[in-house]
Amino acid sequence: MMIGDRIKVQRGDITYKGTLMPSRDDSIVLKLDHGYNIGIKKDAKTFVKLIEKGKKIVPQKTPAPLINPCLSTVSILTTGGTIASKVDYRTGAVTSQFDVEDILRAIPELREIANFKGEVLYNILSENMRSEYWQTLAREIAAEIEGGSEGVMITHGTDTMGYTAAALSFMLVTPVPIVLVGSQRSADRPSSDNAMNAVCAAKVATSDIAEVSVVMHATMSDDYCLIHRGTRVRKMHTSRRDAFHSINASPIGKVDYSTREIETFAEYKKRDEHKVLVRDHIEPKCSLLKFYPGADPEIVDHYTSRCKGLVIEGTGLGHVSTEWIPHIKKAVEKGISIVMTSQCFSGRICDLVYDTGRDLLKAGIIEGGDMLPETALVKLMWVLGGTKDPEEVRTLMRKNIAGEISGL
Amino acid sequence: MKSVDYEVLGLRVGLEIHQQLDTKGKLFCNCPTELSKSGQPTYEIHRHLQVSESELGEIDRAALEEAQIKRRFIYKGYDTTCLVENDEEPPSPLNPDAIDIALEIALLLGMTPVDEIHTMRKIVIDGSNTSGFQRTAFVASDGKISLGDNLIHIDTVCLEEEAAQKISEDTNGVVYSLDRLGIPLVEITTSPEATTPGQVCSLAKWIGMILRSTGKVKRGIGTIRQDINVSIAKGARIEIKGVQTLDMIETIVEREVIRQVNLLKIKDELRKRGAKKVKEVLVDVSEVFDSPQGIGKPLKNNVVLAVKLPSFGGLILWEIQPDRQFFDELSDRLKRFFRGAFYTDGLPNEIGDDQIAGIRKKIGAGPDDCVVLVVDEESRARSALNAVIQRANEALEGIPEETRRALQNGNSAYMRPLPGAARMYPETDVLSVPISGERLKKINSSLPELICKRKGRYVREYDLSDDLAELIACSEQSALFERIIILGVSPTLVAKTLTATLSELRREGTPVQHLTDDHFIGVFEMISANKMVKEGILEVLRVLANTPSKTASVASSELGLEMLGKEDIEKLIMQVIESKRDLIKERGTDAMQPLMGLIMERVRGKVDGKLVSSLLKEKIYGGINGEDRKRGMGQSEG
Repeated sequence: MMIGDRIKVQRGDITYKGTLMPSRDDSIVLKLDHGYNIGIKKDAKTFVKLIEKGKKIVPQKTPAPLINPCLSTVSILTTGGTIASKVDYRTGAVTSQFDVEDILRAIPELREIANFKGEVLYNILSENMRSEYWQTLAREIAAEIEGGSEGVMITHGTDTMGYTAAALSFMLVTPVPIVLVGSQRSADRPSSDNAMNAVCAAKVATSDIAEVSVVMHATMSDDYCLIHRGTRVRKMHTSRRDAFHSINASPIGKVDYSTREIETFAEYKKRDEHKVLVRDHIEPKCSLLKFYPGADPEIVDHYTSRCKGLVIEGTGLGHVSTEWIPHIKKAVEKGISIVMTSQCFSGRICDLVYDTGRDLLKAGIIEGGDMLPETALVKLMWVLGGTKDPEEVRTLMRKNIAGEISGL
Repeated sequence: MKSVDYEVLGLRVGLEIHQQLDTKGKLFCNCPTELSKSGQPTYEIHRHLQVSESELGEIDRAALEEAQIKRRFIYKGYDTTCLVENDEEPPSPLNPDAIDIALEIALLLGMTPVDEIHTMRKIVIDGSNTSGFQRTAFVASDGKISLGDNLIHIDTVCLEEEAAQKISEDTNGVVYSLDRLGIPLVEITTSPEATTPGQVCSLAKWIGMILRSTGKVKRGIGTIRQDINVSIAKGARIEIKGVQTLDMIETIVEREVIRQVNLLKIKDELRKRGAKKVKEVLVDVSEVFDSPQGIGKPLKNNVVLAVKLPSFGGLILWEIQPDRQFFDELSDRLKRFFRGAFYTDGLPNEIGDDQIAGIRKKIGAGPDDCVVLVVDEESRARSALNAVIQRANEALEGIPEETRRALQNGNSAYMRPLPGAARMYPETDVLSVPISGERLKKINSSLPELICKRKGRYVREYDLSDDLAELIACSEQSALFERIIILGVSPTLVAKTLTATLSELRREGTPVQHLTDDHFIGVFEMISANKMVKEGILEVLRVLANTPSKTASVASSELGLEMLGKEDIEKLIMQVIESKRDLIKERGTDAMQPLMGLIMERVRGKVDGKLVSSLLKEKIYGGINGEDRKRGMGQSEG
């Protein structure tokens, strides 16, 4: 018997009729006629009979929409994530499996904002992202821009959206807006934040803001989205709609959902100021290490034995225990670049205040300024992808490339 | 409707009873299941909802219709609500206590529980659930109960989360309160086997009795709601929602029967007139109005659209239910899309005769045809008239299947189409819960005594009157009642204390909710030990409710209610007799009552009235010495 077949299950005195559904375990899951699912144990008292073979469910497809010549063209590249998800019969879990047409069908308002084209680049949960995917994504975006797209939207799982946004910020010089968008509450629920986020992202994609940005809910309400700079944004809540925050910098602006108007409150690069440029070099052998009280200094040796670059999330102003310092010094001497950031996230590194800090500087760490640890990691990968010279790495890590660091 | 023969009409009625469960936490989070005490919201969120596809790729018709109306929902949150109610966090696993209560109810109704409970999402996008769906789980099926000579099948018991409470609705949106959202409730669905309005009412009462027998369901207004499914043989299934009082059930069923009978009459009339399906031709008749302001609303961005309903002439005013006409059936539908003005034949309006004639001419309406006009922004006007056309076409077929809202007078108004199965899909954030044989065995072995049986036992074993037995058996105090009478006090006194006395205290504003079981037990221990008389109960309970830290004995001694010894009473009686000698002389034995009053005034609560009465008699009659007692002491002395 197949999923979708109509069956009859007799169990003791009771008979259930319904459609066979996927089961996570040994039990039979049946969708009864009024729509409820139930689980039925399979044992000697259980008898199953086929009533009717199931009909194959053909997903509806809408015809290709007419092009509105008054609207600009925006590419949507999908990588997966909850902005575009459906129930998976096999596991009963929500998975990502929508293409651009599916997104437009789910969010018809988008058609009022732009003409869309695009492709499914990946269909992965964002925790499965890898640095080589960032490279492919950057090249695909550049190809879309060269192909005439006036803005690019990337749908992305929210978990690692900040990393991808940072990577694209370093890899691309762009004449058009590049907007990452996702949803915190799955798209298969009527309350999903996907529609508002996508609509606001599309507005940004057709705007003058030629930056890599993340556009997501600003509050728990469906009122407006914030436009976060790709190198400054961090997911700060596991589940809330307003999980994304700009850290150590103001967001670029906001988009009002009801009026669809954009208001900016920070400097940004304007449309067509630059030509598209891809610099997709990357050194994936970099790590991010969080210090904690009593952490074994050999952890540093372990990490540095297998990476070219290491970002440490130190305490406070950028500290680790005194015990760690000789290990760090040894690694730096071996030519490994070590960047200090703070587990406070907010605020900047200053290793001149306390002895430990001064010793760390002497050991050769690079101060990460007010960079987010994750952004520092992505930047270090990118910088090391371009140069192996430790002094050049040091210089570039301390230089503002894509709005990721300030106060230099 | 007394002349209505329900058997001939083929009346079939089923009930859906929604009962809140009295668990500590909600169904999918640990927030309290009480409404916010302060009533003061601590935050507010605004949302929109959109239709999502169900797992089968279909969109439910009820959900689709709701989605066509773009609405803003405003949710008021409290210090007692959390991210789960806000739809900002995945739900916790199904509350095991709620599952146990649902299973207990299922077993009391003779049902078979499922092996594994799966939580579903039922799409509801009227905003009453922040997620856009109600989480609901099928717990058991296939039960039956006997109602007189009839056997009524109980189809299903489901465990559901309660919806948010609607506070208000205006052009800004619909305002909901989040404190009620997520309270566990059971939904009990009966088979449509009740055949008279009276039977429906008895069925609801019987199920209500079973629910209360568990002692684990919430009491009070709004904690139980009935939805009624009504159909007649030639009619359609209509679900009437939100019936909060049992008294209204009969009227609602009666009036729905009237509605269906009258709608069938309209269908027959339309057939007789040879009515054909109404075509979706909407005509812009704005130009007919020279002065558009004359029709009630500035025409600025608005249009006047008209539709012809062929052969519907005059039917608009046919009565469907007392005080409701066919017109109301149309207007219920169109009001959902539309805020402008609406006119049709036969209703009072400000449109000139020549304008009406112009419109009728323009759309080619003959004398037998009905014309409906709407004035609004064009897209809304179109949606509204399309809704009218749909309803008119349904009239040709008979009665559309609908979910309706109970009105106060027993009539009902349209809410939405009956939802289909397509609105259900699995709640992927909640794991299924297997129900083990041991769990069922445990629940089965401790099923509660039904209130009806409890009442019989109270009459039999404790000699309570029928009314008092019913009152205490139904009350939340029945367990306490049984604990107290073990002390050897009068069951009637205990039952009265726990019902009438408590009511009296509540009425006068005493905070009786502060009274604990121990307070009551303390009071009756004193009664049982003759340390206090029953007349003092009310006063002691009042003190305890106001200062719950006190004990019954402290309260009674502060009130000076310790029992007087026999000697003290005799002394007092003698004092009174001395002071009222004249009265006794004058009235003889008739002086008994006023004397009793005088004494009791001074010793109420400190002495048993019966003892005073017998001592008083003894003292007064002591001097009569065989004389005719009627003549009294005064004469004997004389």
